[in-house]
Amino acid sequence: MNSIIKTSFAAFVAAGIVASATTANAQSLTGDLVIFSDMHDPAPRAVMNDMAARFGEMHPDLNVQVTIIDREAYKTQIRNFLTANAPDVANWYAANRMLPYVEAGLFEDISDIWDDQMSEELASTKGALSVDGAQYGVPYTYYQWGIYYRKDIFDELGLSEPETWEEELANCQTLLDNGIKCYTVGTRFLWTAGGWFDYMNMRTNGYDFHARLTNGEESWTSDEVRETFANWRTLIDMGAFIDDHQNYDWQEALPFMVNGEAASYLMGNFAVAPMREAGLDDDKLDFYQFVEITPGIPRGEDAPTDTFHIPTGANNKEAAREFLKFVVSAENQTLINNGANLGQLPVNAMSEVDDDKFLQQGFDMLSNRAPGGIAQFFDRDAPAEMAAAGMEGFQEFMVFPDNLDAILERLENTRLDSY
Amino acid sequence: MTISSDSYSQTQRGWYKRNEIAITPWLFLTPGLLFFFVYVIWPIWQSFGMSLYDWNGLGDINVNGTYIGLENYNKLFGLAGERADRNFQISLWNNLRWLVLYLLAIPAGLMIALFLNQNVRGIRIYKSLFFFPFVISQVVVGLVFTWFYLPNNGLFTVITNWFGFQIPGGVLGNPNTATYGIIVAGLWPQTAYCMILYLTGLNAVDPEQVEAARLDGAKGRKMLWYVILPQLKPATFIAFVVTIIGALRSFDLVSIMTNGGPFGSTRVLSFYVFEKSLSERGLQYGYAAAVAVVLFLIMLVFISYFLWAMYKEEKAAR
Amino acid sequence: MFPTPVQKTSAGVRVSYQAFLPLALILWLLPLIAVMIFSIKPSVDFTTGNYWGWPTSFEGFTNYGRVFFESDMPRYLMNSVLITVPTVIGTVALACMTGFALGVYKFKGNLLIFFMFIAGNFVPFQILMVPVRDLTVDMGLYNTKTGLVLFHIAFQTGFATLFMRNFIRALPFPLIEAARVEGVAEWRIFWYVVLPLMKPAIAAMAVLVFTFIWNDYFWAVVLTQGVESQPVTAGITSFNSQFRAAYHLMSAGSIVAALPPVLMFFLMQKHFIAGLTLGAVK
Repeated sequence: MNSIIKTSFAAFVAAGIVASATTANAQSLTGDLVIFSDMHDPAPRAVMNDMAARFGEMHPDLNVQVTIIDREAYKTQIRNFLTANAPDVANWYAANRMLPYVEAGLFEDISDIWDDQMSEELASTKGALSVDGAQYGVPYTYYQWGIYYRKDIFDELGLSEPETWEEELANCQTLLDNGIKCYTVGTRFLWTAGGWFDYMNMRTNGYDFHARLTNGEESWTSDEVRETFANWRTLIDMGAFIDDHQNYDWQEALPFMVNGEAASYLMGNFAVAPMREAGLDDDKLDFYQFVEITPGIPRGEDAPTDTFHIPTGANNKEAAREFLKFVVSAENQTLINNGANLGQLPVNAMSEVDDDKFLQQGFDMLSNRAPGGIAQFFDRDAPAEMAAAGMEGFQEFMVFPDNLDAILERLENTRLDSY
Repeated sequence: MTISSDSYSQTQRGWYKRNEIAITPWLFLTPGLLFFFVYVIWPIWQSFGMSLYDWNGLGDINVNGTYIGLENYNKLFGLAGERADRNFQISLWNNLRWLVLYLLAIPAGLMIALFLNQNVRGIRIYKSLFFFPFVISQVVVGLVFTWFYLPNNGLFTVITNWFGFQIPGGVLGNPNTATYGIIVAGLWPQTAYCMILYLTGLNAVDPEQVEAARLDGAKGRKMLWYVILPQLKPATFIAFVVTIIGALRSFDLVSIMTNGGPFGSTRVLSFYVFEKSLSERGLQYGYAAAVAVVLFLIMLVFISYFLWAMYKEEKAAR
Repeated sequence: MFPTPVQKTSAGVRVSYQAFLPLALILWLLPLIAVMIFSIKPSVDFTTGNYWGWPTSFEGFTNYGRVFFESDMPRYLMNSVLITVPTVIGTVALACMTGFALGVYKFKGNLLIFFMFIAGNFVPFQILMVPVRDLTVDMGLYNTKTGLVLFHIAFQTGFATLFMRNFIRALPFPLIEAARVEGVAEWRIFWYVVLPLMKPAIAAMAVLVFTFIWNDYFWAVVLTQGVESQPVTAGITSFNSQFRAAYHLMSAGSIVAALPPVLMFFLMQKHFIAGLTLGAVK
């Protein structure tokens, strides 16, 4: 089907029929287009290679080269290659995570491609890619966070999806009474604990407070923050989390869920693919929005946006711009985010969300049931130093909740030093 | 190099010939010195300079960085009204633990060397196999020990469970044991190194002195202390040097085994420098450089001692 | 000989020594033996929790086959070779020259330069890290094997000079004197008189530098980033993320990564030990 469309595109161009502004430039793109990507897991890797191939077919004179780097390694290496051997296009993350690179002049200002049409279609993520009114990248996917749970275990124990904190705690107690941990989690690389904090804090104090806190405008020793940790501690004291979680990364925490030793996992939607692969089909796996804690507070959600940027040191910026436009186009967004590919949410409002149980629920949740606001994620909303200290503190809290006072004092000091 | 000095000598034969002995060493030294200067000496100087800046490592330090004098050091040590950096203190304490406990490799190596210094069948193979951990890269040693310590399923955990005690969180997941767990992993190859130094040293021990001491009734521990150890002094010196250096260089194991965790409790200075600059949430290059300078100065104390000891030896040799 | 040879002791001591020897070895190598056992187990043993029991089947060939044919391991190994071998050659070449200059000639600053080389060799890597990375980036050598090789040569020269200089010092000096009296040019003395005598030192140096560089992890992480240039020590972390929690494959990968220096050691044991002891403990 796709190849037919492409062939006909090519035919149009060859016949000199210019169909749209996008294809008008098509025949003029030449040279190399070098893309560095962190889409390292099997499914994203295939998507990246496929996108490059399709773009290459559209521009036969262009030589598209993709280098895929391990996702963790990429995070440290981006700094080197942006200055050393800049590609034409690079993956990264929105919001505070891209700020240092924008400030150092390493990401190209691409406000020119954010025309009215694109701004409208990508309205939901435009803010996360803007610095002082200019845009420095485009999104290509985002995904919901929430509780993924073992539906079969819930059914067996007569539990249903909770709506309130009391129900959540009651469910958890039932699970524990049956020898099953409520949540699996692997905090070795810290950020998973950041996810827990985001939700505990957004539900206890609301999105606006959370945004101010990650922005350095609220104190870490405030009563509000203590309240958040008090709620979190309720779970810890119940023994809701798996033991020794500081030894595992997020993938190593999956088997607990797969083997039924733990019933749920607060995670991003990217966790669905490996869980399915491990045998949890849609009858066994389901999703619910993180419950309300403080009644009446509008629920905010984490929905991290992954992005593409053009380094200022790029050689082929013209082709790079075309590639970015191609990435965010409605058709491409529909395709790459469907369940068979990334299995995440398209950033373009004109795209279709795949008929996948989790994507539909996530899309519905983010569109209709997150009136509080959309956060990126703790380590993308808070600046690097605060994020590092914060997540280390969360991990320590999850293992030694008694250390809370010292932890909060440290975080407050970091806040005072780093904003 | 030989070619260029040859052609050089042809063009200016007279002058060169007269000064050959004076010039040749410099010709031979130039490439080595050049490399060494560019890659070692100059970077040290640059790091000193960098430590006086607030710079996030992006762009050029002179454009994107700000000169802040000794501010980074004030932050590290909590001087001039700044709060002392807790992570720096953790690193410093851990480095001290490394230094002290790593030295255990010396007596342990000596003990194994004494144990293996026999002439039985197949002893050569035993010696090689005992030495074997040193040849393996620290990355693999780190992985091997990480799996050894795995909670629930690691062999170490299985064995300790037999004896009925458990370490909550696992060896590497518990902040009270993690650093020691890593040091033990480091001691494994380091002990092997010291062992081989002593084995070679024991080979050179003067048998006549040993026999003479035996006739005088010296035995066992006394013999070791008064007769053998003094003769092993050169081996001990080298063992001391490499062990101290190894202890302060402990980066690979920390990075592989715990990545500084849990909650930063296994940081050492070398890891902290990396963490503050090149790691995912680093971005404080000036600050990291200040930590590196402190580590360098600590090392310099030991380097000075080593050089002094070698200088004395040189003097004696002349 | 110390301690007293077991041959001269009672039969009881002798027998228990012989018995204890293999036992001690097994204890000493226990973590490694554990990994070797892991590497021949089938994956099912790990999912069923049979970590330490008898392997339900022998999967050594399958596991090691997958390491070689289904991962980037061969490329990483090749990179390691292409980084290590040029470094060894470069270091030995430079150190022979510096060692010769410092060992044979008396001139002002000789000892100072010598000590500078030694001191540089002991410096913590981290103080060089950012400047060396920036320098490599500026030269356009970031993420290349060449960039890594150049740095390694420079740094190893410090240690190698120490070794070579001490070795040359121990050579019979009259040999050089005699050549000079004959009117032989200095560089010819180096090439035809000194260098042939240095063969054992060169062998020792080469084996040792090979091991050091092969096992380097820190600089590989700092100066390279991908499968096209990273050596096996750094590559193994990507390898492990590819086969996450597949202990049988990760173990097999680790063993493969560790093997070349081990082989080198067993083949060149004598030289290796001579190098390690810095020639000082003869």
